[in-house]
Amino acid sequence: MAMRFSTLLKNPAEWMRTPGPESDIVITSRVRLARNLTNHPFPGWARKEDRITVMEEVRPPLESLTEMKDSFSEEMTKLSAIEKQVLVERHLISREHAAKGIGCGTVMNRKQTISVMINEEDHLRMQAIRPGLQLLAAYRSLDQIDSTLEGELPYAFDHQYGYLTACPTNLGTGMRSSAMLHLPGLVLSEQINQTIQGANKIGLAVRGLYGEGTEALANLFQISNQNTLGTNEKEIIEHLNRVITQLIENEKNARMKILEDRPTMMQDQIGRAYAVLKYAHIITSKEALNFLSMIRLGCDLGFVPDEERETINVLLTEIQPAHLQISAKRKLTAEERDILRADIIRTSLNRLTPPDFGSIITERENEDDE
Amino acid sequence: MSTSPTYMKCDLCDTENATVFFSQVADGKLQKVNLCKKCADEKGVTDPTGFALADMLEGMGEQSKTEISTVDSEELTCPCCGFTQSDFKKTGRFGCSDCYEVFDEGLDGLLEAMHKHNQHVGKTPSAFPELPDILELPESKTSSANTEEIEASPVDKLSALKQALSHSVEDEDYEEAARLRDAISQLESQIGDS
Repeated sequence: MAMRFSTLLKNPAEWMRTPGPESDIVITSRVRLARNLTNHPFPGWARKEDRITVMEEVRPPLESLTEMKDSFSEEMTKLSAIEKQVLVERHLISREHAAKGIGCGTVMNRKQTISVMINEEDHLRMQAIRPGLQLLAAYRSLDQIDSTLEGELPYAFDHQYGYLTACPTNLGTGMRSSAMLHLPGLVLSEQINQTIQGANKIGLAVRGLYGEGTEALANLFQISNQNTLGTNEKEIIEHLNRVITQLIENEKNARMKILEDRPTMMQDQIGRAYAVLKYAHIITSKEALNFLSMIRLGCDLGFVPDEERETINVLLTEIQPAHLQISAKRKLTAEERDILRADIIRTSLNRLTPPDFGSIITERENEDDE
Repeated sequence: MSTSPTYMKCDLCDTENATVFFSQVADGKLQKVNLCKKCADEKGVTDPTGFALADMLEGMGEQSKTEISTVDSEELTCPCCGFTQSDFKKTGRFGCSDCYEVFDEGLDGLLEAMHKHNQHVGKTPSAFPELPDILELPESKTSSANTEEIEASPVDKLSALKQALSHSVEDEDYEEAARLRDAISQLESQIGDS
């Protein structure tokens, strides 16, 4: 049974609701695999008819995967601009895919943990997304799907180059694994650029919230492997895991250092975020995201009740432009969006009490004794 | 270059200079059409799989062999999808999976710079036998439905095996490592013999 778009919308993605390992700093883990069919031009070079042929060939096996029971499956031409944008805001499709038309499609499961883009840059771009640091688990769930599909679709593969992809940067495993990290400590302590450069040096890319070329909003950074050839899936993930574990450590140290050296600055940042989010009536997306990041930091440090974490996670997505317009059921101007965004935030945070800085500082001192 | 017929007009629009020269053998007769870039693109001439001269010039034979040449006749073109070397330079992407075979030359260097490696060691679809297995049985020529296997040179096999060995050691898969080590020494003695 196919799921309707409205049903998909009503359910926040599973990763927003359930916490995962290290989920104070690691928001999500994502793995994607690029696959292509032989004897068909890659989507970027294909004519409309070629793309339609490929889509017709891959959709049935995708929809009949057991993992795709109750899936949402649609051609890009059948989705409105706002609906496509909603999928981007949920990280279910890429911005590039949202711009695609005839012969392109998308299939995803109800929980929004697995999504497949048909005819993005490659014939298939399959993604698994999990809360917290769970790259290997994400990979395993995709690997299983991939192994089922390889029996039904003629994959383009070469012993030397591995999975053949439109762009040689994806050759080999065709795998990109990435984690979304919340790094306010490294940003506030101005260590973030250094961190990014360090990651680049060891073959990892660091990007903003919505991938390539996007700004780092809400102190969120995506870190991912660059190299896909000459190293296997497990090694790629292990390498990334090691680096992420180190980054978590660095982030925690940076937070502690700020609390020690500049506790007032930290309290000011979180206090201001509380004040603005709680009382603003007009708020831009950028401002809201950055303040929500500070409330999240407040949760991590124990200044804000931990129950708010889920609310913040959901809000990070719900206040994005397309989500706002879906909830308003009409197109909104930028100013109307800023007003609705402030309304939604105030309502969601109505139970939120002022940050309590006193208790945590004693608690922290106890931790230091260990 | 000096032989390029630069001043020929396009057969279709008769205004632009023809830059795409299309010839097709149908029913044993040679048909030629000279087109400008714009008309060629519109007619899809640059895509050999989707274009038949017959469709354009009405009533010719059905089965026909096509061949495309452009002014820059040295340009390497993928016979499967019509992608050229300059298309790759422009986009940084290939046209289809066959392009990797067509534009194979120089690719290793590019991949080396990009990935620091040029040999896949990850997952292999079960329709494609695992690399070490092929290497152990060099006589058995494996071929699957749509692909033509090219026999790797012993030296390539050796380096692939060595790479696989170092990975299995890193993975602490010592059983596999032992198997690979045997295969390597066997291959090395073979290379020594020849």
